[in-house]
This record gives sequence, C-alpha cells and structure tokens, in this order.
Amino acid sequence: MRHIIAVLLENEAGALSRVAGLFSARGYNIESLTVAPTDDPTLSRMTLVTTGNDEIVEQIKKQLNKLIDTVKLVDLSEGDHIEREMLMVKVRAERPDREELKRLVDIFRAKIIDVTEVSYVIELTGASRKLDAFIAALPEGLIIEVVRSGPTGIARGSKGLTL
Amino acid sequence: MSLTDAQPDGAVPELSGAEIVIQALVDEGVELVFGYPGGAVLHIYDALFKQGSLKHILVRHEQAAAHAADGYARATGKCGVCLVTSGPGATNAVTGIATAYMDSIPMVVLTGQVPTPFIGSDAFQEVDTVGITRPCVKHNFLVKDVRDLALTIRKAFHIATTGRPGPVVVDIPKDVTDPNIKIPYVYPREIKLRSYNPVEKGHLGQIRKAVDLMLAAKRPVFYTGGGVVLGDGSAQLTELVKATGFPITSTLMGLGAFPMTDPQFLGMLGMHGTYEANMAMHETDVLIAIGARFDDRVTGKIEHFCPHAQIIHIDVDPASIAKNVKVDVPIVGQVASVLADMLRLYREQQPKSPANALNDWWTKIGEWRALNCLKYPANTTAIKPQFAVETLYKVTNGELYLASDVGQHQMFAAQFYPFDAPRRWINSGGLGTMGYGLPAAIGAQLAHPEAQVACISGDASILMCIQELATCQQYRLPIKVVLLNNGYMGMVRQWQELFYESRYSHSYVDALPDFVKLAESFGHVGMRIERPEDLEDAMREAFAMRDRFVFLDVIVDPTENVYPMIMAGKGHHEMQLSPSHSDRELA
Ligand SMILES: Cc1cc2nc3c(=O)[nH]c(=O)nc-3n(C[C@H](O)[C@H](O)[C@H](O)COP(=O)(O)OP(=O)(O)OC[C@H]3O[C@@H](n4cnc5c(N)ncnc54)[C@H](O)[C@@H]3O)c2cc1C
Ligand SMILES: Cc1ncc(C[n+]2csc(CCOP(=O)(O)OP(=O)(O)O)c2C)c(N)n1
Ligand SMILES: [Mg+2]
Repeated sequence: MRHIIAVLLENEAGALSRVAGLFSARGYNIESLTVAPTDDPTLSRMTLVTTGNDEIVEQIKKQLNKLIDTVKLVDLSEGDHIEREMLMVKVRAERPDREELKRLVDIFRAKIIDVTEVSYVIELTGASRKLDAFIAALPEGLIIEVVRSGPTGIARGSKGLTL
Repeated sequence: MSLTDAQPDGAVPELSGAEIVIQALVDEGVELVFGYPGGAVLHIYDALFKQGSLKHILVRHEQAAAHAADGYARATGKCGVCLVTSGPGATNAVTGIATAYMDSIPMVVLTGQVPTPFIGSDAFQEVDTVGITRPCVKHNFLVKDVRDLALTIRKAFHIATTGRPGPVVVDIPKDVTDPNIKIPYVYPREIKLRSYNPVEKGHLGQIRKAVDLMLAAKRPVFYTGGGVVLGDGSAQLTELVKATGFPITSTLMGLGAFPMTDPQFLGMLGMHGTYEANMAMHETDVLIAIGARFDDRVTGKIEHFCPHAQIIHIDVDPASIAKNVKVDVPIVGQVASVLADMLRLYREQQPKSPANALNDWWTKIGEWRALNCLKYPANTTAIKPQFAVETLYKVTNGELYLASDVGQHQMFAAQFYPFDAPRRWINSGGLGTMGYGLPAAIGAQLAHPEAQVACISGDASILMCIQELATCQQYRLPIKVVLLNNGYMGMVRQWQELFYESRYSHSYVDALPDFVKLAESFGHVGMRIERPEDLEDAMREAFAMRDRFVFLDVIVDPTENVYPMIMAGKGHHEMQLSPSHSDRELA
C-alpha cells in the first residue's frame, strides 16, 4: 500500500541524509521525498511517500521516529488528508499548437508562467494523479522538460502537526 | 588539578576548545579515555598533557581504542570514551564503532577533523566521518563552532547512555580546538531534547495483560537478552524468575543476567544453544522476551519460530518490537522498571495459581536435559577445546571477566563457562568482530584492576589486534590470554566441512607465529600447553601470576566442531546433535 508520511525534523545539517540513508540501508521503498523549513526556522517538514505492507510501513515509521532528529511524525494516509504536488512542464508551443495547449491549461486550471516564440512553461498544482493526467493529455511530442515537486500533504480538520 | 580549579568562586572560567573537550569529559565523570594521537587532535592532546584528572590509555591501533572503550563500558555499565584523529584514525575506529552499535553499547567517540575552512576540499587526512559513521552510530555530530562544543558533548553522553544505548560520534575540526581562542565555559547539567524522549516506565495495562498470560501459562519460558545486562535489570529478572518458577533461557548477549548455574536456567538458545532451551522455545505456550531482539541466530527459520506461543516482548526500543516476529503483548520500557512492576502485579495475583501447575512442563524439560546435548568426546592425546574451557572454569571458580574473540572458541566459552553475574561475559555478538577480544579485555581490566580478566581467543582472531600486547605491557595489565589454537579458522572450517564437502578453502592458518616467543618479545610470559594432563596445572600457574600478563597457547584438537547446532533453514526442534550422540538419541 502507498503511504504518505509527514515528519517534523530538527532543522540540522545532515538530518535529510539520515532519512535518506535509513531508507537505502534498510531497503525501504521511497517514491518521493520533499523537505523545507517551516514557519519555525528550527524545524523542517518532510513529506515522504513510500510503499510496503503493513508490517514494513510500521517498521519504517518506528525507524523514522527513532532518528534523534525526528521531532514528530504522522502517517497522513491513516486519516482524511489533502495532497498537493506542483508540476512545471516546458512544452514546445509553436503557432499551430498554442490554442490546443491553452485549452488544456484551462480545463486543468493550470497556468502558463513563461512564454517564448516557441515554448510555454506551464504550472499545475494538484493531486499527483491530476498531474499524471495532465501530462498524459498533452499532445504527443511537445514535452521538452517535466519537473515535479513530489507530493506534500496536510491532514484535514483543525488539528495540526506542530510542537 | 582541574582546568577550572584556578577560578575564584563563582567566576566562569575561560577555556579553549581543546580544554573544553577535556574539562567536559571530567565534568561528565569520565575516568579513562582510550586514544591515539594525530594532527587533527594535537590541540586536544596538548590540553590532555597539561591536566591531571583524566587518564589516557594509549592503544596501538584505533580499532582497539574503540574496542577497549566498548569493553570498559560492558564491564562497568558506564559510557566508554575514545579519542582518535581525523582520516585514517577515524576510519580505523569504524569497525569498533559498528561493533558497539550492533550490541547497543554506550560509547562516545571523539574524532578530530580538518579545520572548518578546509572541510570538503579533500584536505590532508580528511574523510567525511559523519557520513561514514552515520549508519553505525546512534547519532553523530559535527561541531563547527567552539561555542557549541560543551553542549554537544553533553548531548552525546546523554544520547549514548539513555534509551537503547549506542555509540555517538562527535567530530571536532581542529580550529574548533584552537588553544588561542578562549570562551567562557559552563558545562550544562540538565539536558532536554525535544526530539528524543526515551520511555522509562512500561504501560501498566500492558504489563497486567502480560501477567494474566503468565498466570494462565502451562509451558512458559523466559527468553532474555543483552537488554537485561544493558539496563541493569539482573536483580529484578532473578527475582521474577524465582517468584514464577518458570524456566529461563538467554541469548549469547544476555548470559549471566540470571545465574547460569541455577537449575531454572536452560542454557543459551539459538544456533549453538542447548537442546533443552531450543525445545522449550518450540513447545512453549507463553514466551516472555525481555531485552532480546529476535536475531536470526536465535530464531532459526522464522516460520517455525515458537509455533504455539503467545509472545510478550519487553524492550526499550519500539523498533525492536515486532521487527522480525509478531508480538501479542508489546511493552515498551526500561527492563528494570518494567520487571519491577511485573513482579509486583504477579505477586498480587499469584496465590490463585497452584504451586505445582508447572510439574508436567518441568518433567518434559527434564527429559530433554537428560540427552546431555553438550556431551563431547573425551580427550585423546589432544586437548578438546571444550575441556580447555571447563578447566578454565574450574581454575577460576567461574569468576572471570571473560572477553572473547569470534569463532568456535567463543561458542565453547558460552557453552562451558557458566556466568553467575552480568557484565562478566564480554563478546561481540551482533557484528561478530574478530580482533575484539584482546582490546575489550584491556578495557575490562582497566575498569576492574583487582579482578581476574581473561581473553579467550582463536589463532586467527588473536592476530587481528595482536599489536595490543604492547598496550598491555605499557600499562602492566595482568590479563590472561587463553588461546584455543586449532590451526584453523575453526568456525569457517566447520561450515566448510558441513556445507561444502570439506573443501577447506583458505581456512587453514598457515605460518602461525610462535606465540610463546611472540608474547615474550613484548615482555610477557608465554606458555604452550599440548597435553590434556598439563592443562590444569599450567592454568593454575598462569592465574597465580597476579601481576603478569600471561599468554597461554593451548594446542587443541583441530577437528572439533561446535554442537549442538541448528542448521540453516531449520527450526528450534530440528537441532543437530554432535556425532558423539548415538543415532537413537538424535531428535
Ligand atoms: C559466531 C557467532 C555465533 C552466534 N550464535 C548465537 C547463538 O547460538 N545464540 C545466540 O543467542 N546468539 C548467537 N550469536 C549472537 C547473535 O548474533 C546476536 O548478537 C544475539 O543473539 C543478539 O542478542 P540479543 O537478542 O540479546 O540482543 P542485543 O543485541 O543484546 O540487543 C538488546 C535488545 O535489548 C534492548 N534493550 C537495550 N537496553 C534495554 C533496556 N535498558 N531495557 C529494555 N530493553 C533494552 C535493545 O533495544 C535490543 O532490542 C552468535 C554470534 C556469533 C558471532
Ligand atoms: C573481522 C572478521 N573477519 C572474518 C570473520 C569471519 N569469521 C568468523 S569466525 C572466523 C574464524 C575464527 O578463527 P579463530 O579465531 O581461529 O577461532 P576458532 O573458530 O578456530 O575458534 C572467521 C574468519 C569475522 N567474524 N570477523
Ligand atoms: Mg582457530
């Protein structure tokens, strides 16, 4: 099963490599990992997506918790939550393709954030599946470059993952 | 003299980074540091030279510094400390750090590093010590500012010694120890880390559940491990085992936590454990695992593990619980605290259970015991290694601090030297590091100067840290090395005999030195014993030399194997007994 886990980490040098090292050393799957400081500059928040059966995911969470830099952890997939990922895609956009691309951007509520004579950069935020769908919908052969942030997530409701 | 002594009352002393390192160790209560100097730690060594409260032991290889600190820690329960230089000093120490990590030994390792402006430039003797050691430490730090030094050292000791213990590396760039930069020094007493709060007390509801299971059990068994030794839970364990009347077995790492000569003790379990211990594991209906981590050497084939049992598991590390085996009643907490609570709850309930409820179970165990699974052939002209260990036990009244290397001799010691107290048996179980024994014995002897300390070793293992004979001479350590010399990497030879049709690929140790002369060349006493009838007297003579290091080169039967044995892929109930048991007896 796919799990999305949010971790509050001490914002220390090396904290990220401890997490990455843990996954490689123990052979856990890691689909994506994003990390950035929070409103509290001493804390980083990491979101990682992993897959495994219940026992493995339980071990992953215990091992993450065991890291000295881990302050708090929540498995977002255990409750109602919202996931968002950001995509930027650079596409060839010559005259004949421009209209079609703009229509797609409208349908998916994406944004064109850079324009040249021959290209667009399109930005889209949403659930990872929506991003997949958008990429699949782009006319063949137009994609120059795709960059995705990896999913981040937050639980629904008033409770927060804070200190 | 202490670095802070000169200060008028109340004034905060100004110290350099190098002085802070030394003073922090003193304030931490450290008595001994095992180390080896080099460029990146020269400021620290200079500060060491100028003070008188901290004793430094000069080893002959940084691996030995780590092993000696580890041996000291195991023999005392205190935190071991070692100090090495950057680059090769740090990499040499890695084996010792990993050894301590696998067995959860509290240790602080101070490593020198190139000056901060040079980090990342492939400077002379630069390695990424924090990166290299990350997977084999509980935690590590790189100190980039002298103002963080004292707090970081305090954190390192706190992390190393609490919760599930383990080694912590503090990497200190040379400029951070600059003797010319002095800052006010205060050693923080209290420390609180918001991200690290190990559990102390177990959940009472869970403990009550466990006690209910124990009271209803028909075939209970305690399976205890290194955690009982590490958490100083020996007294509580012994009381609980006595109160319940249950049988008890232990892993290699837990030996001595419960007196091994007590009739309730079934011997070690696992690959080279006793038949009765492993059969009890197979038949038990309630398994009480305490500070043990269900290692593969212990469980045998996991599908066959304790097929009839409800499992209670007490461990301070939640990640240890249900890692390899599903557990019915998990209890997270310190052994000593949980066992005290368990005993109290058990006693409250106890009268309800009839005293003879376990008679059938003990009868069954008696039958397994009658097989005498450790039986070995009598000495011929050659000394049997088992006989050598039995003689060692007799000569030393079972009172040794016994450090071991890795191989057959280690298993023979575990089988034939029953320890009645914890912290006496000092060996590398998790990593299985050859070369561990001699430096670990150094740590134990320095921790207990008056006690008898020995190192049991093999002809291959001993050569891996043989340079420490010099350390033993420099500090006049009266350790006794008992070398079971079989001319082979016996453990490897055994596997080749059993699983590779006796193709002894590179397990024959050719060109062994004359160990007597070798010992003598370092200023020690060397003795070579070849005949069974000479062994006891020779050992008595050696152990009577209370102030000398004696190297006993005991020539043993080169073909002897360790039995009983659980072969790969087999369960506890499928033990292989030694060929000296008739076929009729084989399980
Ligand atoms: C050649 C060779 C052969 C071997 N054969 C065998 C064999 O036949 N049988 C055998 O048993 N082993 C054998 N071993 C050793 C084996 O590899 C493991 O090292 C050993 O079984 C692990 O012991 P343990 O489960 O007690 O765990 P340890 O490594 O001692 O772990 C201790 C456990 O206790 C927990 N703990 C620590 N402190 C506390 C505390 N204060 N409170 C509560 N819990 C705590 C830890 O979290 C951990 O889970 C062999 C090793 C070698 C090298
Ligand atoms: C550093 C290291 N290298 C290799 C091994 C693999 N190994 C385990 S036991 C053993 C042989 C040990 O031989 P010896 O010290 O003579 O002991 P014996 O088994 O003969 O008693 C070897 C090579 C190890 N455990 N550690
Ligand atoms: Mg040998």
